[in-house]
Amino acid sequence: MTDMTSGSLGKTNTDLIRAGLARRNRNQLFLQGFGMAAIAFAFLMLAILVGSLVLSGYKAFTQTHISVDVFIDPEEISVERLPRGGFEEVLQASLVSRFPDVTERAEQRSLRGIFSNGAQFLLRDMVVADNSLIGQTVRITVPVSDPYDQVNKGLIDRETPNENRRVKDNELAWFDALIAEGAISSPINWALLTNADSRFPELAGLKGALVGSFWALLICFLIAFPLGIGAAVYLEEFAPKNKISDLIEVNINNLAAVPSVVFGLLALAVFIGTFGMPRSAPIVGGMTLALMTMPTIIIATRAALKAVPPSIREAALGVGASKQQVVFGHVVPLAMPGILTGTIIGLAQALGETAPLLLIGMNAFITSAASSPFDSATALPTQIFIWADSPERGFVSRTSAAILVLLTFLITMNAVAIYLRSKFERKW
Amino acid sequence: MNDMRLIERAVDMNDIKISARNVQVYYGATHAIKDVNVDIADKTVTAFIGPSGCGKSTFLRSLNRMNDTIDICRVEGDILIDGQDIYNPNIDPVQLRAKVGMVFQKPNPFPKSIYDNVAYGPKIHGLAKNKAELDEIVEKSLRRGAIWDEVKDRLNAPGTGLSGGQQQRLCIARAVATEPEILLMDEPCSALDPIATAQVEELIDELRSQYSVVIVTHSMQQAARVSQKTAFFHLGNLVEYGETGKIFTNPEDPRTESYISGRIG
Ligand SMILES: Nc1ncnc2c1ncn2[C@@H]1O[C@H](COP(=O)(O)OP(=O)(O)OP(=O)(O)O)[C@@H](O)[C@H]1O
Ligand SMILES: [Mg+2]
Repeated sequence: MTDMTSGSLGKTNTDLIRAGLARRNRNQLFLQGFGMAAIAFAFLMLAILVGSLVLSGYKAFTQTHISVDVFIDPEEISVERLPRGGFEEVLQASLVSRFPDVTERAEQRSLRGIFSNGAQFLLRDMVVADNSLIGQTVRITVPVSDPYDQVNKGLIDRETPNENRRVKDNELAWFDALIAEGAISSPINWALLTNADSRFPELAGLKGALVGSFWALLICFLIAFPLGIGAAVYLEEFAPKNKISDLIEVNINNLAAVPSVVFGLLALAVFIGTFGMPRSAPIVGGMTLALMTMPTIIIATRAALKAVPPSIREAALGVGASKQQVVFGHVVPLAMPGILTGTIIGLAQALGETAPLLLIGMNAFITSAASSPFDSATALPTQIFIWADSPERGFVSRTSAAILVLLTFLITMNAVAIYLRSKFERKW
Repeated sequence: MNDMRLIERAVDMNDIKISARNVQVYYGATHAIKDVNVDIADKTVTAFIGPSGCGKSTFLRSLNRMNDTIDICRVEGDILIDGQDIYNPNIDPVQLRAKVGMVFQKPNPFPKSIYDNVAYGPKIHGLAKNKAELDEIVEKSLRRGAIWDEVKDRLNAPGTGLSGGQQQRLCIARAVATEPEILLMDEPCSALDPIATAQVEELIDELRSQYSVVIVTHSMQQAARVSQKTAFFHLGNLVEYGETGKIFTNPEDPRTESYISGRIG
């Protein structure tokens, strides 16, 4: 009040500002520090998560294989009986001839246990494809069974007393002998991606889950994308703004917050119960995921449409464009990057969604990949759920590996969304 | 006697392009335009002046029903263009806006090529039969927008990449490309430097030979330079309307006088 330069205590305004400045700077430093600490904490958690997954999962990316000479004995296997035949016996014989001092029948059978249970089928497929192999000796490389895979990866402690150990002393001795002569190898486990599910961890792969997730996401996209955009464009551009449209808006926002398990129950009751659609099928999974993804797409699309500046609409209206020409000729194309970003994020959410798929039975045990959306299938997250629930040791690392595969897909999708957003971001 | 009056009327009717009668505009409860009566002549530049918020833009936008896009906006009274009520339910606002072009205060080219910006209007109205005709329209419009020489070598470059003044001239070219009969301009020069302003003013003077031009401006000098008629708005009322020379030298209303001499506004 008095004058510009001196305050009540004879201080100038500059002094007062300077005194306050120290406090303001402190506050700013504190806030910045807090923000940085929060980010550091988030990154630490992420690193722990990914780190522990990699640690427990990386071993699943290789699979122990055994190479042996097999005499395809015409006594056991004949062209007439194919595809049936004594493939197991032939395999067993190959190891028995390698370890001639193993004479007891029970021991011989446990010798055969080194082979994966699927080895006989691999051999069978070889012979079916080429009948001339009968009577010859061929060298085959096939997966070993899970306990030996664990031994080879150092996951079974050799110090454990014999009676508590999955792989007994004599079995270890055989296996060590095989290692010593170079019959054991650990190639990259492509079967993890190219095989469907199996009871035997050494044969189990994600192909069925990948294909199931693909079909489900495709269905989800085909339903949710056009419907979501249609609903959003109508609500944002054409619908009269009144109580009813407000109510619809509130409900769409609520729908986006409904727990996914509720959508699963709904799908179970309506799609499977009322309409009699097949259980465990990606078509139902995709429709369920579409219910959940649609609100996300609607909300993202409306935000993107709102972000188109009114000056563009006025410009188009000003030269005599009709409402529909303005919306579909200008506004929607300009909003497309935002719409696509929202859609991809919605689909990424759908890809990771588990609960609704469990409810519609997409956690069934299925050993072949679905060839259409109407076949039974699992999806990536439900496959993880199945494997995490399996007692075999081999599924522990495979579960982590499957999670890593799922995370890779999610990160890729989000990266595409971020790329789209930054590439097409407009400065008006 | 009777004949004489008839002829006089006919001439009058010909000269008057837009005629507003008891026009009220409301934004919800706000009464933005109060009982405005005005006759806007053909082949004339009419300037709307007045302090900020007095309703110039509102009235201008009601002349091509741009206010329809604002939900809370309501227009009462009659606005006749060529004797036809533009708020008649039979009138399609799309057709009206093809006839009454508009240039906005802020340059707003489409984020498309310069060519597409100008070609858009003729295309949606089907004014060109083929590509050659469209090319011709685009060139003619860009020439009338006094920007052809600057952009003729980069017609495929985005319109948004031009400078502010160039963008505004592009918008004028876009507006004239549909051959409107009336051109509404809401402060078209507010984002322009003096040189671009001079170019646009020259352009307005040229357009007058074919169109009826209505321009909102905050610059008294500009109104004096380009317009033949001036309307002064104040708090939603049309206070005074007449020959530009008379408004600026010998206004009748004291409010006009104080605005022009810089006392209100
Ligand atoms: N969309 C709107 N919603 C509500 N009120 C509005 C809207 N647009 C304008 N108004 C009100 O109408 C009155 C007239 O506004 P208008 O934009 O026509 O003024 P103007 O004369 O063009 O002013 P300026 O010279 O600043 O552009 C103002 O009081 C304004 O607050
Ligand atoms: Mg204005």
